[in-house]
Amino acid sequence: MSIASVFDVALVALILTIGASAILVRTAFAAVVMFVVYGLLLSMAWVRLHAVDVALTEAAIGGGMTGLLLLGAVARSRSVNVDSVRVGYPLRLAAGALCALVAAGLAVAIFYPPAPVPTLAPMVMENLPPSGLGNPVAGVLFVFRALDTLLEKVVLLLALLGVWSLAPDHAWGGTPGLQVYARPDPTLIFLAQLLPPVGIVFGIYMCWVGAKDPGGAFQGGTVLAAMWLLVIVAGLQKAPAIGRLWLRVLLVTGPVLFLAIGLAGWVFADAFLAYPAGYAKPLIVAVEAALTLSIAVALGMLAAGPPVRAQQQ
Amino acid sequence: MPAATALEATTADGALLVRAIILPVVGILLSFVLGGRYAERIAAFLLPAGLCVACIVFLKIWQSETSLSYIVGNWKPPLGITLRADGLSVAMMVAMAIVICLIGVFAHANFDSRVASVETRAPMVFWVMLMAISGAMNMIFFGGDLFTLYVALELLTFAAVPLVCLDGRAETLQAALRYLLFALLGSILYLVGTALLYGSYGTLDIVLMSQRVQIEPATLAAATLMTVGLFAKTALFPLHLWLPPAHAGAPAAASAVLSAVVVKGSFFLVVRLWFDAMPGLLSVAASQFIGVLGASAIICGNIVALRQKRLKLLIAYSTVAQIGYLFLMFPLAADPLHLQYGDVLTGGMLQAISHATAKAAMFMAAGLVYAALGHDQISELGGIARALPMTMFAFGLGGLCLIGLPPTGGFLAKWLLLEATIATEQWWWAIVIVAGGLLTSAYVFIVLSRAMGPPSAPLILRAAVPKYQEVAALGLALLSVLLGLVALGPIDVLQVGRPEAPMAWLR
Amino acid sequence: MNAATLFGLCGAALVGIGLYGLITNPEPLRKILAFNLLGSGVFLLFGIIARRAAAAGLGGDPVPQAMVITAIVVAFAATAMAIALVQRLGDETGQASISSDSSETGEEKS
Repeated sequence: MSIASVFDVALVALILTIGASAILVRTAFAAVVMFVVYGLLLSMAWVRLHAVDVALTEAAIGGGMTGLLLLGAVARSRSVNVDSVRVGYPLRLAAGALCALVAAGLAVAIFYPPAPVPTLAPMVMENLPPSGLGNPVAGVLFVFRALDTLLEKVVLLLALLGVWSLAPDHAWGGTPGLQVYARPDPTLIFLAQLLPPVGIVFGIYMCWVGAKDPGGAFQGGTVLAAMWLLVIVAGLQKAPAIGRLWLRVLLVTGPVLFLAIGLAGWVFADAFLAYPAGYAKPLIVAVEAALTLSIAVALGMLAAGPPVRAQQQ
Repeated sequence: MPAATALEATTADGALLVRAIILPVVGILLSFVLGGRYAERIAAFLLPAGLCVACIVFLKIWQSETSLSYIVGNWKPPLGITLRADGLSVAMMVAMAIVICLIGVFAHANFDSRVASVETRAPMVFWVMLMAISGAMNMIFFGGDLFTLYVALELLTFAAVPLVCLDGRAETLQAALRYLLFALLGSILYLVGTALLYGSYGTLDIVLMSQRVQIEPATLAAATLMTVGLFAKTALFPLHLWLPPAHAGAPAAASAVLSAVVVKGSFFLVVRLWFDAMPGLLSVAASQFIGVLGASAIICGNIVALRQKRLKLLIAYSTVAQIGYLFLMFPLAADPLHLQYGDVLTGGMLQAISHATAKAAMFMAAGLVYAALGHDQISELGGIARALPMTMFAFGLGGLCLIGLPPTGGFLAKWLLLEATIATEQWWWAIVIVAGGLLTSAYVFIVLSRAMGPPSAPLILRAAVPKYQEVAALGLALLSVLLGLVALGPIDVLQVGRPEAPMAWLR
Repeated sequence: MNAATLFGLCGAALVGIGLYGLITNPEPLRKILAFNLLGSGVFLLFGIIARRAAAAGLGGDPVPQAMVITAIVVAFAATAMAIALVQRLGDETGQASISSDSSETGEEKS
């Protein structure tokens, strides 16, 4: 057994233990802390699976932002103190059996891979050069399956509107209630002053190299969003009111540019979401840059939650 | 789905499919920037435009009797994504576009965004979500790739959930949360399936998949998980518990769109999955099991509906029952070699369409009754038929369609299914269909007789009901009645793009 | 057993664990957490499917990797919406639970 496989086995054991305890532990707070640790471990698994792109996304969104959201929610609901009514024992047994069956079914499916494993990797590499991109994942996201990516941006906007729709009527157009659980803390303020410049540079860098190396719009966007949230949480800046025009414009810039270039492809490249030969790379970089900004704003606002205070005029 | 040749290129007019999808997207983006005060005007322009596109696509396919396809970005599957429209998709698309447009007319009274001087919450959310639902449905009807369909499904979920709790009351928030959790469970189960299928076949394109698919453990696991996930989203018994509170608690226009349109999206995907992506994989036992779930939904949903005291809850439980009929097509069409196969699919789709029109009309009528009386207690409905004759007429017509009396669309749909039960010698489903019709007629009769009876106290109307709202409801109800007449005309459009049944399974 | 299969089994187990938490935990916030766990298990399945299809000099098939990135963002959006719902419900009622009575909690997932 090589060192790598020992490490893998240990990692899997740790992931499963922490994951299971995040479900089984008694208090919600402990569960969320477990979950954040779990997210970090999971991104290591992604690195081991040679998927650095996904590892970055998982660390930034799956672990970081989701953890932040859950922590915020727990902090707010602690005063409420939900009495957890446990589901009855026989039912838990039945649920356990069902879940074991599902897991076993999936395990069987994994144990018997098809004889030649089908793959699109060669086809992706063959067709990637015309786009000028060096990163095959970015190629899939922005060239071959661009429609999914465009639609997913719309999903993000809808989710944001859905979150906003949970505001009371009088607060519509006002500022999100993120500060509710923020206490001014010297360390936090120091971090909030120190990190954002670094983070912003890092986020932009990730977006730029995303065209060639792992990285890319999403990860860049989430790093930017995380920095922005840190500034807001530390109380250095207020979250913007959701009715602000500049906010709305930033939110749609990415999808609008993407859609516009997609429509231009209809005219100049003979198909919706096709790129004219020779212009693919600059166009994709432009789309990525705009999307990074829009995603950062959307993710940040999603985490900031619905507006709670009416906008001061 | 069209045969393999359709993979070769974008067909003439295939660009229409792109238009049908990006129109709502443009509307959503515009509404974000221009603000909620313009959202309704944008929707008022784009939803009818979407209907026009739908009608054009329908006519093209009906006349040419061939499917349309469009290869996005000129990247053919398995690398890229193809949009395809066959008979099933255009029929559903036109029907849903009509229903959504009429719901838009109805909703103007409740979500008029122009009355306030600033953007207000409910209108902004409602109109954007309505456009999003229309876009997501088109995406579901045309999507030729199982992962694109996953994104479309999520689009639909995120558009539908906020509509449930637009009023912000605790009970609707609770209903919305429950709906969201069920829907998320459903989509994640669907996603597991796509992962396994990609692992087995190296493609998620529906046509390519149908050529490669074979019976092996991963495929069966994938199909099972995806089906269960979609059942949860469609609220098929016994995963229906989220539906009645969510559909009954939402504002009338939202209830109409949720009940008439949204649940059909995940249903349509089940059909795509079993009849297009994995043809011939449905075993007899599995199809009978799905049929049993459908039959239980019909019986239980109707009996519970019968016992409801509130009109909107009654209609919501009736949706649970009507969804059951949709799944009776699985045991009846399980044998693709059978001659009735095509008719059963037609019957199932007609049931979806006629339920959409009838149920939207009934929820609108219930909403108007609620607005007029300030409540929707069935026992207190006396005299309402005199006060709001057009509304109650619409309700009654919708009820006829649900019962399945001729010449309604519901009659034609159930007739096709009944014929198939006899032809395939599965008489037990016929009993369920007939019993379901009787139970439905019982509660429709109860409501109508209350409404036509004398009021217990002098009837005081809280608010005047705008005429155009009544007209919108009546329009939909009339459509559901006249739908039976499609048997004389464009009904064969549903068969366009279906592989010749016996040939497809002799490979 | 190679690394891909090992992580695949891990993913399968996580799906089971997450599903169990989603079904049995009555607290909405814990249900949301379980949903995320379940989701990450599913993403891991995509990951091993990509990994075992490594070819053409790549460490994995980029198509499922790209799909995971899309799916992670969608799952985050769903989480944000669910948490906002839970909090609003908490504000309205003073407590957050998705079932009005405990007998229903049992039935709803059967």
